[in-house]
Amino acid sequence: MKDIMNKEVDDRKEDAIVTEKQLLPVQLNVNGKQYILHLEPWTSLLDALREHLGLTGTKKGCDHGQCGACTILIDGKRINSCLTFAVMYQGVPITTIEGLAQGDKLHPLQQAFIKHDAFQCGYCTPGQICSAQGMLNEGHAYSRDDIHELMSGNLCRCAAYNNIVKAIEEVIETGQTPDAV
Amino acid sequence: MNRFTYTKANSIDDTLREVNADHDIKFIAGGTNLIDLMRANVEHPSHLVDINHIDLHAIQETAEGGLSLGALVKNADTAYHEHVQSRYPLLAKAILAGASPQLRNMATNGGNLLQRTRCYYFYDTATPCNKRVPGQGCSAINGFNKIHSILGTSAHCIATHPSDMCVALAALEARIKVIGNDGERVIPFAEFHRLPGDTPHIDSTLKPGELITSIELPSKGFETHYQYIKLRDRRSYAFALVSVAVGLELQDDYIQEARIALGGVAHKPWRDETVENFLNGKKAAEDAFETAAEMMMKDAKGFRYNNFKIEMAKRAIVRALVDARDLKTPEPLHCYTYNRHQQQ
Repeated sequence: MKDIMNKEVDDRKEDAIVTEKQLLPVQLNVNGKQYILHLEPWTSLLDALREHLGLTGTKKGCDHGQCGACTILIDGKRINSCLTFAVMYQGVPITTIEGLAQGDKLHPLQQAFIKHDAFQCGYCTPGQICSAQGMLNEGHAYSRDDIHELMSGNLCRCAAYNNIVKAIEEVIETGQTPDAV
Repeated sequence: MNRFTYTKANSIDDTLREVNADHDIKFIAGGTNLIDLMRANVEHPSHLVDINHIDLHAIQETAEGGLSLGALVKNADTAYHEHVQSRYPLLAKAILAGASPQLRNMATNGGNLLQRTRCYYFYDTATPCNKRVPGQGCSAINGFNKIHSILGTSAHCIATHPSDMCVALAALEARIKVIGNDGERVIPFAEFHRLPGDTPHIDSTLKPGELITSIELPSKGFETHYQYIKLRDRRSYAFALVSVAVGLELQDDYIQEARIALGGVAHKPWRDETVENFLNGKKAAEDAFETAAEMMMKDAKGFRYNNFKIEMAKRAIVRALVDARDLKTPEPLHCYTYNRHQQQ
């Protein structure tokens, strides 16, 4: 059995396919900065951000795409960073919660979340805020019902939902949405 | 998760060459189901081919007057596409009833077709499952089977197909274009997914190594009278217990053509042409709808915890038919973003 497995690995080398011992180089463009990493192909984008780049604002909740704590923006669109591999994002603009504030000036959604007390423990909050920014970028939220439905990919174990919706509504109503991030 | 090797394919030729080199490969596009299954140790490919860079990202009109949906177009981009919204609102509504906005931004059209059941025994490697390991036995038949099938089951498997999108595609009679090393072929939607029989580990008629290139929608979109109803344990972001896609073509009060497809009740999106033929030519009235619902559930069989689905499906079928008949089109865009029928 071992011989067969080794042979398969050897065949791969002949085909110039990476073996499992090799790390793959990938250039990640996160919050406007370029990072060159050498990653195992099974490293999730979430783990690359947290473990390799030290960007721990993005949270690991369920690691199954069910809770939304790991939500980030890819080219302005929100995704679950736990359900994808970092090597698939060569050169694609990525925005995490760390990229929303401008220096010491909070992003309007961050400010509104504080004002409306839109969190308790705060663990889901970076995902909630990135998801809300993604929803604003997508442009399909016209009513409170729409916000409820289009934010349903983000669970809040503390059930701060009412205030989360109020915070987002305020940002929409006051038109403070910054340019698409 | 098992370790694997990874390459990026830039073309269909690249992709199919990889199939020759190694038969233990998987194509990865959105990855939202595959990666989850790899984490659960249900799928363990030795090699992944990233197909995201192949040129299958277009939605375009076809010579036959229909619409071709590229296999790699994201579910969200498909649902919000101008032509899908105006000509195939049933499809848009079904897609937007599924998953979450994040997942719809990741998941592709081809991948949606190939997602695997969410039967909890299939996911739990500590329990026997014929779909995961052929011959092991089915834990669901005598287990906790609330989410399981009531139609087309076998003694080997009572899993359901989890997609919403596919229920609409079944009603619309889409066709699936695929390519493999033996060439291209087109699979009618009704023949794409299969019933479990004694080989429940095989979900579809796609052959190993074949790649879905597009979903072809015929010109008829039932854009005037349609409805997608999805019933689930919570109002959003949950798989269907029962879902119904309906398309009606009406003339005055009479049905010219009816399409009904069900989700959450079988190993594939469930259609029954005898029911549709019964409705064709009938007055679009509740008594005919109720008879149709009874006919459609004639052979339904519960497995204890899912017995409720039979009555639930009947009522959902009637409601979807009534809604479709009475629909004032076009619906405003925001109607697609939540279950309109639950707001009334």
